[in-house]
Amino acid sequence: MDTIIVASLVSLGGIGFFAAVLLFGAAKKFKVEEDPKIDEVNEILPSANCGGCGYAGCRNFAEGIVKNRSLDGFFCPVGGNELMKQIAEIMGLTAQEKEPMVAVVRCSGSFKNSPAKNQFDGVSSCKSAHMLYAGPGGCPNGCLGLGDCVTSCPFDAIKISSETGLPIVDEEKCTACNNCVVACPRSIIELRNKGKKNKRVFVSCINKEKGAVAKKNCSAACIGCGKCVKECPFDAIVLENNLAYIDFEKCKLCKKCVPVCPTGAILAINFPEPKKIESTDKKEKIELNKKDSLNTPNSTQKNMNNNENKTKASDSENNSDKKELVVEEK
Amino acid sequence: MSILKTFKLGGIHPKEGKLSANSPIKNFPLPKTVYIPVSQHIGAPATVLVAKGENVKTGQLIAKGEGFISANIHSSITGKIAKIDEIVDSSGYPKKVIVIDRADEEIWCDNISDSDPNTTKEFSPEEVKQKMREAGIVGLGGATFPSHVKMSVPEGKTAEYLIINGVECEPYLTSDHRLMLEKGDEILKGISIMMKTLNTKKALIGIENNKKDAIEHLQKLSKNYSGVEVVPLKVQYPQGGEKQLIDALIKREVPSGKLPIEVGCVVQNVGTAFAVYEALYKNKPLIERVVTVTGDSVKEPSNFLVRIGTPIESLIEAVGGLPETVAKVINGGPMMGKALSNLSAPVTKGTSGILLIDKKEASRKTSKNCIRCARCTMVCPMGLAPYLLENLANRKLFESSEKEGIMDCIECGSCSYTCPANRPLLDIIRVGKGEVNTLRRKRVQK
Repeated sequence: MDTIIVASLVSLGGIGFFAAVLLFGAAKKFKVEEDPKIDEVNEILPSANCGGCGYAGCRNFAEGIVKNRSLDGFFCPVGGNELMKQIAEIMGLTAQEKEPMVAVVRCSGSFKNSPAKNQFDGVSSCKSAHMLYAGPGGCPNGCLGLGDCVTSCPFDAIKISSETGLPIVDEEKCTACNNCVVACPRSIIELRNKGKKNKRVFVSCINKEKGAVAKKNCSAACIGCGKCVKECPFDAIVLENNLAYIDFEKCKLCKKCVPVCPTGAILAINFPEPKKIESTDKKEKIELNKKDSLNTPNSTQKNMNNNENKTKASDSENNSDKKELVVEEK
Repeated sequence: MSILKTFKLGGIHPKEGKLSANSPIKNFPLPKTVYIPVSQHIGAPATVLVAKGENVKTGQLIAKGEGFISANIHSSITGKIAKIDEIVDSSGYPKKVIVIDRADEEIWCDNISDSDPNTTKEFSPEEVKQKMREAGIVGLGGATFPSHVKMSVPEGKTAEYLIINGVECEPYLTSDHRLMLEKGDEILKGISIMMKTLNTKKALIGIENNKKDAIEHLQKLSKNYSGVEVVPLKVQYPQGGEKQLIDALIKREVPSGKLPIEVGCVVQNVGTAFAVYEALYKNKPLIERVVTVTGDSVKEPSNFLVRIGTPIESLIEAVGGLPETVAKVINGGPMMGKALSNLSAPVTKGTSGILLIDKKEASRKTSKNCIRCARCTMVCPMGLAPYLLENLANRKLFESSEKEGIMDCIECGSCSYTCPANRPLLDIIRVGKGEVNTLRRKRVQK
């Protein structure tokens, strides 16, 4: 009996010892030297692996930074400037500040503006529909509304509105990771400057067809009339191939282009409601929307009377619905 | 009777529904206005040669195909150019069209003779290719590949066989069937011209066995032509696919990504053979084609000889109007055709049929999970695994799907047809093919 136990102990122990030596040797010989900084950087990254930085995941991004020893061309859109500062501290570098961006859907082809002429009965995928036809409204550049952007978003920040059939971006959740921009087969979504207090002015159309053709399919299409280009005091608007584009780096959010647009293709988002105007600081430039102010005519009248000499009212010719008063106060 | 030939892999046999098989080809009345797209073929769009207000004669060149893979476009009626506009065509997108308003009197271009010259002419190969190019002939089976390109055999290759596609495996369509019955002699003349051009001794006409009258008719006529053989084939979809037809007739497999000339054959449609005859004997460009207008609820399913550019609406009116039960109007057959998003889209060189489908048959059933029954793999004529390709495309694994041969897919739709879980296999595979194409283009750029 004893000999069996001893023999097994010795043989097993021997194998164990031999294996230990082998593993020790292997661990020494094949050791991979890795900069501990990679782990440090990786630790503070958001671990969303969204690919917004252009790398194949957060770890890959950290490796890239540590390997390059510089932060040029590295930016984590999810963590933003704060995170980049922290990374810069770890690396002993200085981070360049980047303005926060947000995904903007440049299409106003809602059910109302671009009524469906036919039904799509295929796979619920924009890519598939894009290969087959121009879309229910007939606009070859319009949103198909089948939600490729929704499925591509790792942050649940984009949804298709059941009222308009267009995607709505949740600005709080959007990290500007670029996934939806890539997913959209028609390149409708663009990353734009988040702007002061999330205020944005942009042309909500990418249709490059001639005005008459574009208008046939969508009442809110940019028809390339160029009125906004003439109106813009900052040369921020370019008209190319029958389509106006507002350069967000030059745009000062004056909103002068909004009322002159005959189709209402230019959208101004997150500007304060007219009611708040009464309480805002008089030193600020204030724009009013006549459509809303019509409901409270007295307050508008007062406002105008009080600042008679410096009040400028401009009317747009074509669209009485979107007539707007621009009031400058000092 | 011996066992009929067919291709070895996969295949299905959908309901044939050849409702218009016994209705002779009628000349469709000239439309008031024609919309002639400048891109009716694979390759570069043709360059417009006419301007608004110009008068054109029937058969006059109005857009020139520049570049090797492109095709000429001719006016299909006599009249005045109303404008150069854009119209949503069968592709679903707005495309450039030349709009011509018809004049009261039809005047043909001088050198075109509309009557059969009934002579035996000799043509040199160069002359044939030149004439085919001038006449704007493209593959009339549906792919619309410029035919003169196919006829130019690359150096070092020889065409042993000329294969003529009279299969018409798509259910419902009967345009080729009627053409073979009514224009048999002309088709055979076209075939012998092409044989001489390619310097081939043998031409095989493949016809599915559900067109027995056409087989008999052509067999009888082909006795007068040396080297032409009519081969009856088993009814099996998609036998009309180039690669499937070659396999069925001469048991040769075209390598992946290669053309039929690699295995020593050139494949042309019967419609193309007829167009070649017209171009060489009558000097007549491709300005009309046979279109089947059919459907289960259509009053009189018919075959029409239609001028290119005729609005599809008017074809539907001619068969008794659009029945209320119809939910989809398909350009082509039920398997590979595409639903139209605009009924005023014009007939183009590739329009082989207009099919009206009722609501019941048009609606898609809800797709369920794949149960790994492998029926799609069994029916795939290219020997692919459609369920796998769908899965890979869904997961955006395009490199792997390329390795699995996604680009060999001929988009016949047999997999979607046979799937018991109603999965939209082909739709997803098509998306995958598009992505792989972009990947390949990027690779070339690098």
